[in-house]
Amino acid sequence: MAAPTTAPIDLSAAMVMAPTALADWLVIAPMGLMITLGAVLMMVRHKLHLHGWIAIPGLVALVILDGLLLWRVAVDGPFTMTAGRWLPPFGISFTADLLGALLAFTSGIVALAAGIYGLRDINATGRRYGFFPFLMLLMAGVTGAFLTGDIFNLYVWFEVLLISSFGLLILGSERQQVDGALKYAVLNLIGTTLFLIAVGYVYAIFGTLNMADIARKVPEQRDVAPLLTLSTLFILAFAMKAAAFPVNFWLPASYHTPRVVVSALFGGLLTKVGVYAMIRVMVMLFPLEREELSLLLAIAAALTMVLGALGALAQSDLRRMAGFAVIAGIGNVVAGVAIGGQTGISGAILYALHSIVAMTALYLLAGEAARIGGSWSLQTLGGLYRQAPGLAVSAFVIFFATAGLPPFSGLWPKIIILKAALDIGAWWLSAALLVSALILTLTLGRVFLLAFWRPQLASAVGEPVSPATWHRSGPLVGLVAVLVFFGMFPDLPVRLSQGAAATLLDPTAYIQSVFPTGGAE
Amino acid sequence: MNTLILRTVAPPITALMLVFSVFVLLRGHNEPGGGFIGGLIAASALAIYGIAYGVSAVRHAIRFHPMAIAGFGLLVGALSGVVSIFAGVPFMTGLWIYPSIFGVEVPLATVISFDIGVYFVVLGSVGSIALALEERETD
Repeated sequence: MAAPTTAPIDLSAAMVMAPTALADWLVIAPMGLMITLGAVLMMVRHKLHLHGWIAIPGLVALVILDGLLLWRVAVDGPFTMTAGRWLPPFGISFTADLLGALLAFTSGIVALAAGIYGLRDINATGRRYGFFPFLMLLMAGVTGAFLTGDIFNLYVWFEVLLISSFGLLILGSERQQVDGALKYAVLNLIGTTLFLIAVGYVYAIFGTLNMADIARKVPEQRDVAPLLTLSTLFILAFAMKAAAFPVNFWLPASYHTPRVVVSALFGGLLTKVGVYAMIRVMVMLFPLEREELSLLLAIAAALTMVLGALGALAQSDLRRMAGFAVIAGIGNVVAGVAIGGQTGISGAILYALHSIVAMTALYLLAGEAARIGGSWSLQTLGGLYRQAPGLAVSAFVIFFATAGLPPFSGLWPKIIILKAALDIGAWWLSAALLVSALILTLTLGRVFLLAFWRPQLASAVGEPVSPATWHRSGPLVGLVAVLVFFGMFPDLPVRLSQGAAATLLDPTAYIQSVFPTGGAE
Repeated sequence: MNTLILRTVAPPITALMLVFSVFVLLRGHNEPGGGFIGGLIAASALAIYGIAYGVSAVRHAIRFHPMAIAGFGLLVGALSGVVSIFAGVPFMTGLWIYPSIFGVEVPLATVISFDIGVYFVVLGSVGSIALALEERETD
């Protein structure tokens, strides 16, 4: 039983024989790093002073690894590593293409910003509850979802990030947090279960879970399998994750309850994972079905962005307002997916990238405003312009970027999506885009007017708060710099997201990277 | 629970279950068993001890916080996958060594260390849930 067999076995029938280059490890390294550090942080959970020293360098390393990954993918095209050396589709493949690498890189930057902000924003109780371990595991889940090449594995990463997000939501176990977390948990579990059911159907129909393999086999199955039903299931599941209308109500019900840095992470990252999954599955795997369902998607997108913006206008609590702004942004991305084609998809990808940074910045800004002003409510906030001029400048940039006004990064994706909508003659979708942007501008202008320009209310004058340390201002300034930079020099991200869209619309390179020789049939 | 019968049999049962959990863990390599079920058995052993003697006795006996045990397991599991970087093969590829211990050849693999990692993750997380639930009851 124990002795190694000596008879020669032809391993090449089952295993990858080519030695693995060190550079291929880049596709697995971000998750490996995050899980390892998450595990170490769990072990030293009660040595609170160590957390920052482990977590922040870890997040810096994550950004560097994601950057190298993006660079390699941009230069050489998609590449794959299949776990356990088994030949795909039997082994679980991790495949980095431009879409995944771009999103992973952007999320890494946002996580670093949130980690640094969390150094001050999360008190000792929050740390003892495990803010940093959960943050690491959340990033493992998010990055894993972006980089996996296997649809069941995508589900597993969804679970990883979901479980860590539960932990982050109830940091401190306050009554309100548990209330928000329950709504979030139930709705997300329903969404994840739908996704799992759809994955079960995929396996029944195609006999494979490898996304490259599915992409190859879809054309053969189109006439015999209920692919449209399957696609609808996927869209519903991912729309729930992405908080698209009409399954978006869980987001405003839960995102204002945790610590603001947790809201910032969620608003930036979690909905985008849903959007990513929708793009990956509907654009790369089921392109014709997406075409069939595009009207449905477009209507949902138009309603999401308009109702999201209206919801934001109706709120006086800064965090609730930011939650609705996240939803409005999701509407824009889904509109890009609904329109399809090179322009629509690249617009959607670019918007998702912009939204990751802008939404995190928006929540962090709300957190700072509330810390200085002493309230989340627009009714009592005031005089921030005088108290914190730097914050007012950041607010100006973030508000313009969120509303899609020039010269910041929100403008370009919006223009691309708008152009795509006009190109296909969907005037009502273009109108919805513009109306949503207008309402958001009004909303954010109102915030600026009330919270920043209005003189401080006499009743609200309290003791002066300590000025922002670099832990608080650094991340905000960094994210604002990203928004400004990509607003001024949109060339590189536009080019990259166009490349990402091209790889999705014609997944030959993606499939080739998984099955270099055509693969086992 | 303050019954003489449970208090008398709990220590031997706990010891037996812990030994059995290790047996199941190692047996799982070639036959039914493995880290997950082994970890569950070990966690139930802790739960029984906790029912008989109270949660603080368990926490004292296991020395480390259950979540730290889970973290250790996660670390072992993750490192077992990463070791293959040195062999030039992809992530999670099983690597074997056959050291001779007292004249008996013992096959060791990253597969086993991964399973040990799973054992600790399950022991830590399920144990932590069980202890938390028992704590509420005794309050």
